[in-house]
Amino acid sequence: MAKTVKLTAPLTEQDVLQLNIGDTVLVSGVIYTARDAAHKRLVDLLAAGEPLPMDLEGQIMYYVGPSPAPPGRVIGAAGPTTSYRMDSYAPILIKLGLKAMIGKGKRGVEVIEAMKAHKAVYLGATGGAGALISQRIKAAEVIAFPELGPEAVHRLEVEDFPTMVINDCQGHDLYEHGVREYRRTTAR
Amino acid sequence: MRQIEVAQVTQAVKAAAIAANYEPGADLLAALARGAETEESPSGKEIFRQLLENARIAKEERIPMCQDCGLAVVFAEMGQDVHLVGGDFDQAINAGIRQGYGEGHLRKSLCHPLTRANTGDNTPAVIHTEIVPGDRLKLTVVPKGGGSENMSRLFMLKPADGLAGIKEKVVLTVEEAGPNPCPPIIVGVGIGGNFERAALLAKKSLLRELGQANPDPEVAAIERQLLAEVNDLGIGPQGLGGRITAMAVHVLMQPCHIASLPVAVNIQCHASRHQEVVL
Repeated sequence: MAKTVKLTAPLTEQDVLQLNIGDTVLVSGVIYTARDAAHKRLVDLLAAGEPLPMDLEGQIMYYVGPSPAPPGRVIGAAGPTTSYRMDSYAPILIKLGLKAMIGKGKRGVEVIEAMKAHKAVYLGATGGAGALISQRIKAAEVIAFPELGPEAVHRLEVEDFPTMVINDCQGHDLYEHGVREYRRTTAR
Repeated sequence: MRQIEVAQVTQAVKAAAIAANYEPGADLLAALARGAETEESPSGKEIFRQLLENARIAKEERIPMCQDCGLAVVFAEMGQDVHLVGGDFDQAINAGIRQGYGEGHLRKSLCHPLTRANTGDNTPAVIHTEIVPGDRLKLTVVPKGGGSENMSRLFMLKPADGLAGIKEKVVLTVEEAGPNPCPPIIVGVGIGGNFERAALLAKKSLLRELGQANPDPEVAAIERQLLAEVNDLGIGPQGLGGRITAMAVHVLMQPCHIASLPVAVNIQCHASRHQEVVL
């Protein structure tokens, strides 16, 4: 039976071990943004033996490139981007202590295996609900790679940021379960 | 000849780019409301409710519907009795995009394909210009998200593949896309023409009012069959499982070479944005 869990980032191993696919997770605390170009930069830094702009231990990475903050707001629209484009980078970050990723869409086998091995989870946020989601972001600050514009790494303070567990630490996949229930075709 | 100042084009494109990102169309809102009513899966129903709330916030609180404010596709239908004066037409369109994305606090999502350096102002737009009878200029600004565009496909089928082959490829494209392109989606299908025309037909089909059938009954029947087959996949809103994977399938068809059967599938996320202005 799916449950609702409130978690505050950074996360502990215990925080993620209790999660099952379909659970609602309301995230509070500090999370970091990174999408395609920022991931490449992070992995390049690691390859060069240089320090990252954040300590990854227990952190949550949010795959998003927000729109600019309109006057009087901390951020613009800020919904998730499609996660598979980060699949080649994610296992490297998971090994270094990343405990959760927030995005949308399917993950590759290599990411699911890394989540199982190092106890991490993949959380889905509603794609295309950028205006709605932005209301749960209380503060935003660019902390690295400002030249990347929307792809810069932001430090976000969030409150009850709504997500759902898509992949848990046991390797289950909510997308597969959900679709099986409603599928009426034998195509493919 | 009727003269139109290109400065008017810039103003029109700028206003349309902003409106498209902040003001969901009545057809989209109606489809989302219908989905909230009819979707059987509880999580799918909840997604439709969230999307309706998202649309309300976008309009009333002035936050773009989606952070991906799109690559700006601009369709121009230029009356052959129009004479544009005061500058370069494409530059005027791009100036409108630059101003709209700047002043409208929209995300700039264009970059160099290799260095990935952002162009900084969301230009260049992808502009399709057609010459039509009359003395009007119709401009349609279509901000197109990258996530759904990435899931789009082009197939050069054999004539022997026929309608069954077309259906198989459309369903396959939606199946492989799964949760990635932000379902509930709209599926644009271009059949015929050639390599580039099929893709353009697929994109153009997305401009049609959401869910309105193709006026040709033969094509409308294909749209109905495709919608049913796509929704039998069970992908559902956000891929969480459900009856409504696609809110509509739009098809445009035209003759092709005797050797060919080109089929393009352009996936449109639920944030279907387009604004039309006639000068």
